[in-house]
Amino acid sequence: MSLAVGSGRGTGGRVVEVVTIYVVCGMAALVFSGLIVEAVGSDWTDVGKALLNGSVLKPGRWGGTIGVTIPLAMVAIGTIISTKANLVNIGQEGQLLVGAATATYVGSRISAPGPIVVVLILLAGVLGGALWSGIAGGLRYWRKVPEVLTTLLLVAVASNLVGYGLKNPWLLLDPEAKLGNRNMVSRQLPLDTRMPRITLWGNEISISAFLAVALILLVGWMLSRTIWGFRLTVVGQNRRVATRFGISESAHGMIAMFASGGFAGLAGAFMLTGGDFANYRLVPGFSVNIGWVGLLVALVANNRAMAVIPMAFVFASLRTGSGFLASTGIERRVTDVVQGLIVLALLLPPAIMFIRERRRALASARSRV
Amino acid sequence: MGDLFSAVLDVGTTESAYTAAARFAVVLAFAAVGEWVAERAGTLNISVEAMILAGAFGAALGYHATGSVVLGLVGGMLAGGAVASVQAQMSHRLTADQFVVGLTLNILVLGIVGFLDSEWKLSTRTASIVEVPFLVDIPLVGPALFGQPWPFYLIYLITPLFAWLVLRTRWGLEVRSVGENPQAADVSGIDVNRRRRQSIYLGGLSAGLGGGYLLLGQVGRFDPGIVAGRGFIALVAVIFGGWTLRGAIFGCLLFGSVLSFRLTLPGLGYDLNNEMLSSLPSLVTIAAMALFAHAVRQPEALARPFIRGLK
Repeated sequence: MSLAVGSGRGTGGRVVEVVTIYVVCGMAALVFSGLIVEAVGSDWTDVGKALLNGSVLKPGRWGGTIGVTIPLAMVAIGTIISTKANLVNIGQEGQLLVGAATATYVGSRISAPGPIVVVLILLAGVLGGALWSGIAGGLRYWRKVPEVLTTLLLVAVASNLVGYGLKNPWLLLDPEAKLGNRNMVSRQLPLDTRMPRITLWGNEISISAFLAVALILLVGWMLSRTIWGFRLTVVGQNRRVATRFGISESAHGMIAMFASGGFAGLAGAFMLTGGDFANYRLVPGFSVNIGWVGLLVALVANNRAMAVIPMAFVFASLRTGSGFLASTGIERRVTDVVQGLIVLALLLPPAIMFIRERRRALASARSRV
Repeated sequence: MGDLFSAVLDVGTTESAYTAAARFAVVLAFAAVGEWVAERAGTLNISVEAMILAGAFGAALGYHATGSVVLGLVGGMLAGGAVASVQAQMSHRLTADQFVVGLTLNILVLGIVGFLDSEWKLSTRTASIVEVPFLVDIPLVGPALFGQPWPFYLIYLITPLFAWLVLRTRWGLEVRSVGENPQAADVSGIDVNRRRRQSIYLGGLSAGLGGGYLLLGQVGRFDPGIVAGRGFIALVAVIFGGWTLRGAIFGCLLFGSVLSFRLTLPGLGYDLNNEMLSSLPSLVTIAAMALFAHAVRQPEALARPFIRGLK
């Protein structure tokens, strides 16, 4: 790939170069997806149309897409906090599940006025997720166990734990539920403990969407404009500097870890009370990869809080749009491929730019010697 | 507790339990020996799950196209190698984060393979069982270790081969130095990222072979959920083994037995908690890391990218 970079030194040239690389990579991902679709004998324009119709264009569809966007964005914003502190949390899937489980437990045990229960459910979700990531954080700072591994390992443990809970009436199982042969479900949340839904231009959305946007703005502001956010950055960038300035690495790291898991748990609680997933019940496999995809959202948003919302919406659209693929005669799994390719395509440009700028700097340094 | 003890005793005296454990352990071992090389070179390669899955699909494709188990296994290795090349190029030629690339690959390969599998119906079968004469008559462990489908025995070749490569050759010394101190290795003229890429390729080939064995040696029919987290457990086994090959193989045997308990215990009349057994490998590893993290030395530069001039 040889791009015209004659004017690469100036800022304008640089912008052109970055945009060109992004466009080329994005096009490559789309072309490759199109080729896969064509390879199995379908028409890529049909598939594209079906995806757009299913996610946004058809009446009442973008409400559902927003319903998927909310938990994705919550997972992603949590991931951004831990990444800021240079922690690699890749266990959001498990934290989300545990959060959803604790939320379900609270929701099915506490009898109080509806709004209070909703708040308690959300808090329980946050606590559950924070507890799960807190294990990894604690082991990281107390025993120096790499958090990458523990967070990943705890995903499997979380899904087994929830499976165990859904088998036992004293934990999560609803003994009265008889849904065909699927008898591992929790009690359905009562009507008054669900998130209120409003109708906007023919689309139903849960009001947790507004809460989510507020939280994203808050986190974005805290990370970039507060002393706490600055300290987190220092801890993440250079811990020796942090120590010299009296910023406790373990305290800030633990907070970042708790926050990261807490947001994943909150995503689980939103999924439970929002009604866009599993009909207000906890079921096996409740998390449906939202944790993993949310992690990818954070990555392609390049750890900027403001980019989370559009990115989460794109990934949510692929998921809801895939519901309309049946009419084109193509498997809905194709969206997983498209999703993976998009992520790869968005990962490449920063890496390519880094290499190119380094090469350029080396070349100019050599000419000076 | 007494119940558990008698269960372990019963399992320990049943021939079929050993066979089941070996079947689980060997797939882990194929993946783990390659993962071990990659980790010694400094890559915590979490796309090993994708490599096994791609290997299984490549084997199904190869067998479907040619009808030969050997070519099927070659197809598996090539597919594993293809995944490895993406991982290697993106994380050690470009400077993308290795975990990010690995996670993406896990999702992408699952998508591609699941999609292609639903479009093409591939017909496969399992390889024939070859019994090693005399050795198969050893009581208890004989059939488990020497009465398996023939690709099983490749593990007896690969393990010493990889051990020799990494521990006894110049290339292996360079690989290990790259994992311990890339700056020093770089100064002494070793192409750090090249060695790391090569070690990932090796990991991809052996994980792909493991996937091929899983399909053509055991399952016989491709399904996108065929790997079911074995890659992660193999990765865990390497860590559990303290980054020694011996320890990694021991970890594979241990976790393979634990996984096989889910199948063998109900047959022996025990009803153990299924969820507990499934999470045991993860829990054991977390506990082991928490207890021995100070005692065991991991490769110094594990999971740290090397960019010349930048620490």
